Amino acid sequence: MTTTATTGKTRQRKGDLIFSGATRIAGLTILLALAGVAIFLTLEGLPALEAGPEKLQGADSIVAYIGPLLFGTLLASAIALLIATPLAVGVALVISHYAPRRVSKSLGYAIDLLAAVPSVVYGLWGIGFLGPQLVPVYEWLEQNVGWLPFFAGPASSTGKTILTAGIVLAIMALPIITAISREIFAQTPTLHQEAALALGATRWEMVRLAVFPYARSGIVSAVMLGLGRALGETMAVAMVLSASGIVTFNLISSDNPSTIAANIALMFPEATGLGVNALIATGLVLFVVTFAVNFTARAIVARTEKGNR
Amino acid sequence: MAKSIDVSDLNIYYGDFLAVEGVSMTIPARSVTALIGPSGCGKSTFLRSLNRMHEVIPGARVDGKVVIDGQELYAPEVDPVEVRRQIGMVFQRPNPFPTMSIYENVLAGSRLNAKKLKKHAADEIVEKSLRGANLWEEVKDRLDKPGAGLSGGQQQRLCIARAIAVEPQVLLMDEPCSALDPISTSAIEDLIHDLKSDYTIVIVTHNMQQAARVSEDTAFFNLAGAGKPGRLVEMNATRKIFSNPDEPSTEAYISGRFG
Repeated sequence: MTTTATTGKTRQRKGDLIFSGATRIAGLTILLALAGVAIFLTLEGLPALEAGPEKLQGADSIVAYIGPLLFGTLLASAIALLIATPLAVGVALVISHYAPRRVSKSLGYAIDLLAAVPSVVYGLWGIGFLGPQLVPVYEWLEQNVGWLPFFAGPASSTGKTILTAGIVLAIMALPIITAISREIFAQTPTLHQEAALALGATRWEMVRLAVFPYARSGIVSAVMLGLGRALGETMAVAMVLSASGIVTFNLISSDNPSTIAANIALMFPEATGLGVNALIATGLVLFVVTFAVNFTARAIVARTEKGNR
Repeated sequence: MAKSIDVSDLNIYYGDFLAVEGVSMTIPARSVTALIGPSGCGKSTFLRSLNRMHEVIPGARVDGKVVIDGQELYAPEVDPVEVRRQIGMVFQRPNPFPTMSIYENVLAGSRLNAKKLKKHAADEIVEKSLRGANLWEEVKDRLDKPGAGLSGGQQQRLCIARAIAVEPQVLLMDEPCSALDPISTSAIEDLIHDLKSDYTIVIVTHNMQQAARVSEDTAFFNLAGAGKPGRLVEMNATRKIFSNPDEPSTEAYISGRFG
């Protein structure tokens, strides 16, 4: 009896050991991959500090080179999030709280399908359809609200502007923000929703009283994931944007800042020597930025969750 | 402020399923009416039909009449949101809004009714409601702390304070003590005693001693049989129900010989 019990125990222990070892290795692999990427980017990026203007598309130093690219990346992402966040939260609310069940289900599938469209297709759509369609809009903006620096013009005649790129990015970030927000909204405790309704809240008031406070941290992380997608998106931006590497808040002209990811994709095939290192250095900056975004998101989520308790 | 409720021939449905059938009763003003009966007999469903919370569930509907102070609750021109503003409700589990302070929780209903509330008026409502719910002394020094940080019994009294802050005509309570310990339960029962001078109170309870302790009238609900809808078996003065009920099945339920 005792022997069986002991062998049983040892056998179980062995399984535990294998399993915990396997999970530990899996966890370590992720850390190693991450560290490997960081080390590679740093080692290969460092020589670019010495790169001269001829390797940096005319920029004096690596900082002057990366600056406009980083600016373009952040600007395009900011536009994308400004458009995508309210839209995604609205769509998520319709799906979780407003539409009849059958409609909301098919709407949910349609949104999920958006995520499955390859980014090169979005690029084609942006370049071939959205851009030209937006040209009259840009002209109108230039004429009527041209006093705003964003719409100073001259309006691009092709529609290949940073605003177009931002809109395409917004549509690409939409599914992930919607999907996560929808899940969180649907998880709002019925008890809290009924508390609001029983006080005589209309549906919108109920959403404000019970759903949004509950979902706040979830929306933040959803937006941050969307931001991650927008920051790193390469193909669509490379295709849609006519970039000239300047720093401007003018959203509708044909002179636009480029983004880091698009710039790497466009320049890498022709880069040699220190030029490659320079591109890798921009990659390192993008890596750091996305890392920072994720950390900020976690910090915000952790703080609001603490506040909830 | 307090109003009586007249219910006649009320049928309550979930989709095609008839859950409660043919209820007619008069709930007197400024008194406590208890609804008792076995699980699934429709007493909570009936309670929720009194402030039109039943129809929040998809497919749920009601036919028949509920009249409060001459106003037909289910008349087509009546807005359910307005109904709920006049009929407060306390739920089975305490449900203060978790992100709001104690202060804001009490004011939640008033903020819905009147968008602009002067600081002075707001303070007054909060103190009056918390005093009304016997909670003021316990929380007056930490009104800005989250409501979710209170004990279960305190949270339930906070929910009662939130419900009475808008001065409703009727207060519905759906097993308000079922998640509470005996001490908190007795605090809530004392509170119900105090509140009935101002409000018409309808309380669902599984605890028959509680019904006997707090109510003037008791309504006994039961299922007509397995799979059949719930119905009102008997409504009488609480004293009579618990000593000498008219119906044998009431007697059987009260004395624990159920069936």
